Amino acid sequence: MKVHMQRSLWVLWLPLLAGCGGSPWNNPYPASDAGKNILYASFAERPKHLDPVQSYSSNEITFTAQIYEPPLQYHYLQRPYTLIPGVAEAVPQPRYLDASGRQLPADAAIKDTAYTVYEIKIKRGIRYQPHPAFAREANGEFRYRNLSERDLADKNVLADFREQGTRELKAQDFEYQIKRLAHPRLHSPILGLMADYIVGLKDYAERLKQVNDGLVKNGSDDAWIDLTAYPLAGVEVVDDYTYRIRLKGRYPQFLYWLAMPFFAPVPLEVDRFFGQPGMAKKNLTLDWYPVGTGPYMLTENDPNRVMVLERNPNFHGETYPGEGEPGDAAAGLLVDAGKPLPFVDKIVFTLEKEGIPRWNKFLQGYYDASGIGSDTFDQAVRFGAGGEAAVTDSMQKQGIRLSTTVAVSTYYMGFNMLDPVVGGSSERARKLRQAISIAVDYEEYISIFRNGRGIPAQGPLPPGIFGFRDGQGGVNPMVYAWDGRQAARKPVEAAKQLLAEAGYPDGVDSKAGTPLVLYFDVTARGVEAKSTLDWYQSQFAKINVQLQVRPTDYNRFQDKIRKGNAQIYEWGWHADYPDPENFLFLLHGAQGKVKTQGENASNYANPDYDRAFEQMKNMPNSAEREAIIDRMLGILREDAPWLWGFHPKDYALYHAWYGNLKPNKIAYNTMKYHRIDSALREQQRRAWNQPVWWPSVLGVLVLIAFALPALFAWRRHERGTARR
Amino acid sequence: MISYLIRRLLYAIPILLGVNVITFALFFLVNTPDDMARMQLGAKRVTPEAITKWKQERGYDKPLLYNADAAGPGKLTHTIFFEKSLRMFVFDFGRADDGRDIAREIRLRMGPSLAVAVPAFFVGLLVYITFALGFAFFRATYLDFWGVVICIAAMSISSMFYIIGGQYLIGKLWHLVPISGFSGGVDALRFIVLPAAIGVIGSFGASTRLYRTFFLEEISKDYVRTARAKGLTEMTVLFRHVLKNAMIPILTGVVVAIPFLFIGGLITESFFGIPGLGSYTIDAINSQDFGVVRSMVFIGSLLYIAGLLLTDISYTLVDPRVRLA
Repeated sequence: MKVHMQRSLWVLWLPLLAGCGGSPWNNPYPASDAGKNILYASFAERPKHLDPVQSYSSNEITFTAQIYEPPLQYHYLQRPYTLIPGVAEAVPQPRYLDASGRQLPADAAIKDTAYTVYEIKIKRGIRYQPHPAFAREANGEFRYRNLSERDLADKNVLADFREQGTRELKAQDFEYQIKRLAHPRLHSPILGLMADYIVGLKDYAERLKQVNDGLVKNGSDDAWIDLTAYPLAGVEVVDDYTYRIRLKGRYPQFLYWLAMPFFAPVPLEVDRFFGQPGMAKKNLTLDWYPVGTGPYMLTENDPNRVMVLERNPNFHGETYPGEGEPGDAAAGLLVDAGKPLPFVDKIVFTLEKEGIPRWNKFLQGYYDASGIGSDTFDQAVRFGAGGEAAVTDSMQKQGIRLSTTVAVSTYYMGFNMLDPVVGGSSERARKLRQAISIAVDYEEYISIFRNGRGIPAQGPLPPGIFGFRDGQGGVNPMVYAWDGRQAARKPVEAAKQLLAEAGYPDGVDSKAGTPLVLYFDVTARGVEAKSTLDWYQSQFAKINVQLQVRPTDYNRFQDKIRKGNAQIYEWGWHADYPDPENFLFLLHGAQGKVKTQGENASNYANPDYDRAFEQMKNMPNSAEREAIIDRMLGILREDAPWLWGFHPKDYALYHAWYGNLKPNKIAYNTMKYHRIDSALREQQRRAWNQPVWWPSVLGVLVLIAFALPALFAWRRHERGTARR
Repeated sequence: MISYLIRRLLYAIPILLGVNVITFALFFLVNTPDDMARMQLGAKRVTPEAITKWKQERGYDKPLLYNADAAGPGKLTHTIFFEKSLRMFVFDFGRADDGRDIAREIRLRMGPSLAVAVPAFFVGLLVYITFALGFAFFRATYLDFWGVVICIAAMSISSMFYIIGGQYLIGKLWHLVPISGFSGGVDALRFIVLPAAIGVIGSFGASTRLYRTFFLEEISKDYVRTARAKGLTEMTVLFRHVLKNAMIPILTGVVVAIPFLFIGGLITESFFGIPGLGSYTIDAINSQDFGVVRSMVFIGSLLYIAGLLLTDISYTLVDPRVRLA
């Protein structure tokens, strides 16, 4: 009995020992994966959607971009960001047509262009990942079609469908996906935008809505809708490898959309497979199990714990790029030129909600890359004499490398242009906004609150976007003066002067004789944000303007913005695609939040700006377009509807075994280019994670030291005789 | 006893109904259906039409509690409250806002929550009672004094400190177990050891001190003096008499906690990456997913009622004087 009990206790320890199998005890991954060609990453928030028609946020596209292949993609190494073919044979050239359908020359006036046609030819021989939706019986019938409730009884995950198949990618799959944009149950975030451009998409969405309403009325809410039964005028399949998209007018930015998963192919068979009754009840949906032609396929989807991408055995043999920017060769980024992609066999994403464990696991070698939180910044980064960032000595000792890049994002403080005090186009309000623009010192903000990770913005356009100008030509003359070498923020006196000219000398309203009090709406934030808010107040106080902070939760904040009840607010924007239109539209009058629920949260409207925007938005990049953008930026700087804020600089850390890294702030399908030296990683992990036993032994000894006197006291007590 | 149980179960219905109303009112006081739609549809390019469509599809386009436009009983039944909340009484939890079946998700996540909570609960009980009995045995000695000091110190420290400190010392510095993560099967043990140990240590101070008080109260009673006078050893007195009688107040706290083992620890699961019901609830609150929030509150209430009932039943087992009628 005693022996048996001892064995049982050993069994309890076995997983601890065997699970490690010679690999470190604190290794969170199975010992059998040691030394394998696996990339380890983390995700903080579970993706809501993996259906390419819906997924939009970065935590979703991180997955879908590795699985789905749209017609186009961005060159991995070239900058500025350049579109290249994805599964398309070439980047399509637009054909312009007039209202009667006659072809126009390429240099035809924009106003004469009634339609633009993009003809997309796709590469032949591309095959989908293995999937049960393609599995067929010997007689050619689909293996898993018309499944009954009984058939589905033992099917809980996709792996329960044993048989799989594949088929070649066809142009019809692209057409099908474009139709899915209008599906009433899928809520594609880009339907509204695309319905304005793709011919017939708006009517198509209406038609599908009627069909869906009819099904709901009959109690068949979940019934599958066969989209092939309803033609879409704006998309034409020419043959199995060619399709055309017809747009209203001109929309050159459409090519960028063709590089996003929204336009990736979805095969009818897959939609039909997941659309069978009973599938959704078991969480078997396309939103959960994506199916694509890309380099990876999702083989484990447990967003509560781990998501695993594995090499798609049917991937069509894309190769690593052979050319890049100057300096890429010296950085070792062209060593793999011409080699077949992907390099990594498997990517394991682990859910890691908290920053501390994520950071510690990175330092132990269990994540291959990491961002840097503000609480770990000093531990990771130091600045040299010239202000250049580098990793600290302890990081360097571990072989960790730092990569920095300016994000194609803008974080700004906006004025509500409908507000009677700070809004409007009057001289008084404009000068007030300009004065505040000078007073709020974003150089200081970046230094204090972002550890230097950002560059002060001179306008809405971040670096890397056409129209952004570096140096003297790009300076905002309302806020900065060029000192011969760099832009220098104007002194506070200049702000005070403007404030006086606006009718608020020394921060007092000269008409009412009362101090000027402004209101800053922020989302409810804890004590950690207090220093930031105090800092904002101190900046306004420099010109004797009182800033009242109105904290609220995000729902109420959005509500205020929608209704135009906020006075000053802060927000940000990350580019969808590398075109100035994607930033300048944020201040287009037609996008006014209150008027149209658009993206112009400041409700800024300037007819000159709007006209220039309409002219610029459909132009190809050219000197003429750049001149218009310069003019628009001039108008914006003068009107100052935003404090232009800053463009964040992203810092990331990578272990020595992580190769072919070049930060890309637009494309997400970059994991196929990455390389892992798994032997080096295994060696380092073992070296860094040797178990340390002595504290545990010491702890036991301390416990014994405490227990012994107690034991002696107890024995004394038990052996003692009764005393009076 | 049977009639008592039936009566208590019937009492549960108005309680659950009340909890439902309060959850519903609190949730929709802070979030509107529009907010929920925006949260699900994302921050970019959300049109009013998309919001309307989202609400229609999920039944959030109806009035909250009273539908003036409907006729007859429809005034009450064609409302968000009726359609969303009352279905739970037949354990139909519906779907989360991301389309996933809530009941299935709860079943999946119950395992990891229990895997951490059950060992922590039983080991903790053993440790707390052992130490409390020890302190009671050595009452009024330096061991008891320092024991109480340590308990008070342990009570004063935030649970977050134990979590971060435990991960730092045991996972990061000593490399003995993974800092966070989870796995199925027996391999799960490697991931459970640290959060379970921290669960035990985190409650050590408060529980041990409380149980010590129960034991001391019993020790000073006449029957204990009689037992000693009979010549029983102190160990026999403690284990056979004091422990048994002190179990009634201990059970009050312990049995009621058993059902909550299913719910899991909100912060612990988040920090240790345990895919349990605690992190499910936190995620639902953050994403304003009413379907999940109401389901978890409902289950929590149900388990609490079940816990109280179990406590009452357990009294009859440890104290023959107690009769349920």
